[in-house]
This record gives sequence, structure tokens and C-alpha cells, in this order.
Amino acid sequence: MENGMENVTPIIQTRNLVLHYGSFQALKGIDMDILPQEVTAFIGPSGCGKSTFLKTLNRMQDLIPNVRIDGKVTFHGRDIFDKEVDVTWLRQKIGMVFQKPNPFPMSIYDNIAYGPRLHGHPSRAQLDEIVERTLRGAALWDEVKDRLKKSALGLSGGQQQRMCIARAMAVNPEVILMDEPTSALDPASTMKIEELMTELKKEYTVVIVTHNMQQAARISDKCAFFLVGELIEMGPTEDVFSRPKDKRTEDYITGRFG
Amino acid sequence: MSVKNIMRIKNAIEKVMNAVFFVCGMIAIASVVLITIYMLLSGLPAIVEIGPINFLFGTVWKSTAKEPSFGILPFILTSLWGTAGAALIGVPIGLLTAVFLSKVAPKKLAVPVSAAVELLAGIPSVVYGLVGMLVLVPAVAQAFDLANGASLFSAILVLSIMILPSIISVSVTALNAVPPEYEEASLALGATKSETYFKVSVPAARSGIAAGVVLGIGRAIGEAMAVMMVAGNVATMPELFKSVTFLTTAVAKEMSYASGLQRQALFSIALVLFIFIMIINGVLNFVLKGGNKNEK
Repeated sequence: MENGMENVTPIIQTRNLVLHYGSFQALKGIDMDILPQEVTAFIGPSGCGKSTFLKTLNRMQDLIPNVRIDGKVTFHGRDIFDKEVDVTWLRQKIGMVFQKPNPFPMSIYDNIAYGPRLHGHPSRAQLDEIVERTLRGAALWDEVKDRLKKSALGLSGGQQQRMCIARAMAVNPEVILMDEPTSALDPASTMKIEELMTELKKEYTVVIVTHNMQQAARISDKCAFFLVGELIEMGPTEDVFSRPKDKRTEDYITGRFG
Repeated sequence: MSVKNIMRIKNAIEKVMNAVFFVCGMIAIASVVLITIYMLLSGLPAIVEIGPINFLFGTVWKSTAKEPSFGILPFILTSLWGTAGAALIGVPIGLLTAVFLSKVAPKKLAVPVSAAVELLAGIPSVVYGLVGMLVLVPAVAQAFDLANGASLFSAILVLSIMILPSIISVSVTALNAVPPEYEEASLALGATKSETYFKVSVPAARSGIAAGVVLGIGRAIGEAMAVMMVAGNVATMPELFKSVTFLTTAVAKEMSYASGLQRQALFSIALVLFIFIMIINGVLNFVLKGGNKNEK
């Protein structure tokens, strides 16, 4: 796959990744390199396999019955399906933000502290620090600093989603996967999260699935176009949008289908 | 028949049906009201005659002695300890079974276990009593080197099994209702499945689980037959390995031959039991409503 920057070592690589749901082939041999400290966007029509592919990267697909995965996915060069790899470690390193904001029915503070408490015994002061740092990182601190002990379910949808991003950041991931994180949000909240992406990539590798092509064009460095389980084209976002190499990419981007 | 006539008949049927629904609804209310009034009328006189303090806190029950004594503290404490003991054993087992059924068990295993739990709920209490009497009581006697295994301990064991179905079925329903998004979020943060069940699923279902526990406690405190067959029924202050009498069994074992003040005192015991059940129901309603508030 042509990434245009061969001198950087990819953080995640997939080779001939094939995924079946029962007898249905959802991914048909995906080869991809994801580079660190970049925003990579997956675009494509519904059912093209982009979310399926995303959820394979942190092995959330393991939870679905009747899934068979062949091929290779490496994280820092390590095969993530290797028996030696602890899936809880993997998911800590590769965090995830879901389509629908999914705060736990607990206080904002406890939501953020949930991950750190799982992976160690942080002191109160350490937790306070993590909560403030991640909420600032998710551009939410000023809005919630006086109500940290209140239920996270009382936040607006956009605030909930930013809290979920902060919660993902709290376990020190290297990669954050986002599965259409703004599709359930209003335009103002969507804009806030898009602004956040630019900040996030300074520290994290961000992979985002989106239905919204303008969003992909605005926020991503690399863009990958999926169609019925195949990776059609991937490259610098500008190139994909202005000089697509494949006719099908061009048709999708110019709105001829999808 | 004209349309008008048909309409008239339909309306008449509607009115009759409404009346039927109303009457059926009233039967339940009327029963509760009648029972409450009856319990108060027949239970209060003895309490007044004996004196509420002597009755509730008296430690000696000698209803048929020449100078009778009507203190029911032994029964009250036995019922409380027995129920608490049953909850102590039954709640952890029930909760873990519910988590197993709702989250862990593969379908092949969940179906027979669920069926067994339902069956457990349907077994008549006299059968629990019978098995307890013939199997459990001798086993307890042998295990703890007692002359007689009929004791508070045996009753607790039987009750803890009997309350399992209420705890399990209500908890399973509550756990099944936990949105899968909560569990996904937890797993995606690197939690193991067990960590997810106990730190996210169970807390999210806590009001439903609490309702199941209260329901189970209600069943335990109201149980008479099974307890009568394994507890020994001696009216002494409760000790774990001594023969004891519960509130329910105190009424049941003497009613057939009681008369006069003794008979009235038995009604008073039933009134005390009735109040316990009312309190438990109140707690149950509070728990359910409180839970709903938390979720919003």
C-alpha cells in the first residue's frame, strides 16, 4: 500500500486480513499501514466493512460469536492474535470511542477513574490529576469541573462523547479508534470533537470511521476508501480527494453513489 | 340491524366489561383491607392485655402453663436471625448464579440451569421441609455432633435454598436489561469480562438485584411449613445449633388447640409478622423507585 511516507515505521499493520461472519465474508484481504501521530480516516458506504475493520484492530471482534479472522494484524510489529498477547493490554494500548456515547451510569469522576483503577491502584491525588488532565485534553474540564461527582448521564450528548474520549485517554493508550464518533451528535458538538482531533494527534494515533466525507477531508492526514469488504484506495487525504487513482473512489467522492 | 343499534350494543358491552374489570381490581384491594382490619381487630386485644412491652420483649413463652407467659422476643429474634442467615448464604449464591446465567453461561448450559431454577420456585414448601427433615437434619446432627439436628442452622440452610429462585430470576432480568454498550465500553478500556460484570453490569443492575433480594427476604420471613419441619420448634431464645421457633411456626403449631388469651396472642404474633411483611414491601417499593431515579 502506498502511504507516501515509507521512512516512518507504521504503528499498526495489517496483511491479507480476512474476516467472516459465519459464511459471509465481511473483509476480503486488507493490507494497511497506519502511521503514528496521524489521523487516519476510513470512508465508504454503509456495510463496506470499515467499522468491522476498525473493531478488529483492538480485538473487539472477539466478542461477536461466529467470527473467523485470518491474516495478520501487528501492533508495533507484534501479532495481536498471538497467544502471548494479553487482550486487556492490547485494548488498553488501543482505546476506543463508540458511535453512541456510552458513559457508565456513574459520576463523571468515576467514569474517568474506571480505567486507571482497573490497571493499578492509583492514589486519590493521582486520580485527581488524571481526571483533570484527560478532561482538559478532551476540552471538557471547564464545563464539568464543578460537577465531577454528578452522574455522567446528566451531560449532553456531545459532552458525553467528549467524556468518553477523556475516559479512553485515562488509560494511556497509544492509539484511539473512533467509530463514527459524531454521527449521534449535533453540528456544534461535532465541531468541538473535530477541533479536538487536531489536538489528539499530537499525542495519539487516531483512526476514525466516518460517514461524513467533509469530516474526513477536514480532519484526516490519511484517508482509506472501503467498498464491499475491500480497501480500494488509501493515501494522503488531499490526494484521495483531489486526485483519486481509482474510478470507484472518484465516483464515491463526487457523490455518484453511496 | 341498523348501525345505530350495533353501536348501542357495543357501547353497552364496553360498559359491562369496564364494570367487570373494576370489580376484579377491587377484589384485591378489598382482600388486603379486610385482612388488615381483621388482623388489627383480632391481634390488638391480646397485646393490650399482655402489655406491648411484655409481649414484644418478653423472653418467655409459656402459653399453656398455669401462669402463662406470652413473650415473643424469641420468635422475633429467630425470624430475624433466620432470615438474615438465609440472606447471608442465599444472596451471594443467587447473585453469582444470576451473573452466570445472564452473562457467562453458554446457551446450552443456561437453558437447563434456568429451568432448574424455575423448578426450584415451584417445589412446594412441604417438600423442602420433608427433604430437610430426612436428609439435612440428620446430616447437621452428624456434622456438628448434635443430639438433634433440628435447629436454627438447618432452617437457615433450607430457607437459603428457598429464596434462591426469587433472587436469581429478578436479578437475571435486571442484568439482561443492562445496555451492552456499558459492557463494551468497559472491555474496550482493557477490563476483563469478570471485572466488567462486577464493576459495571452488577452496579448498573443494582436496583433490580436489590428488589430480588428483598423479595427473597419476604419469602424467608413468611415461610412456615418447611421451617416447622426442620427447626425443632422449642420456644427458646435463638442459638444457631438449638431448636428454635419462628414467628410463623409459633402461630401454626398452636392454633389447632389454642383458646382464650392464648388464641388471641397467636393472632397478635400474626399481626407482628404482618407488620414485618408490610415493612419489607415498603422497602421493596422504595428500592424500585429509588433505582429508577438513579438511572435518569
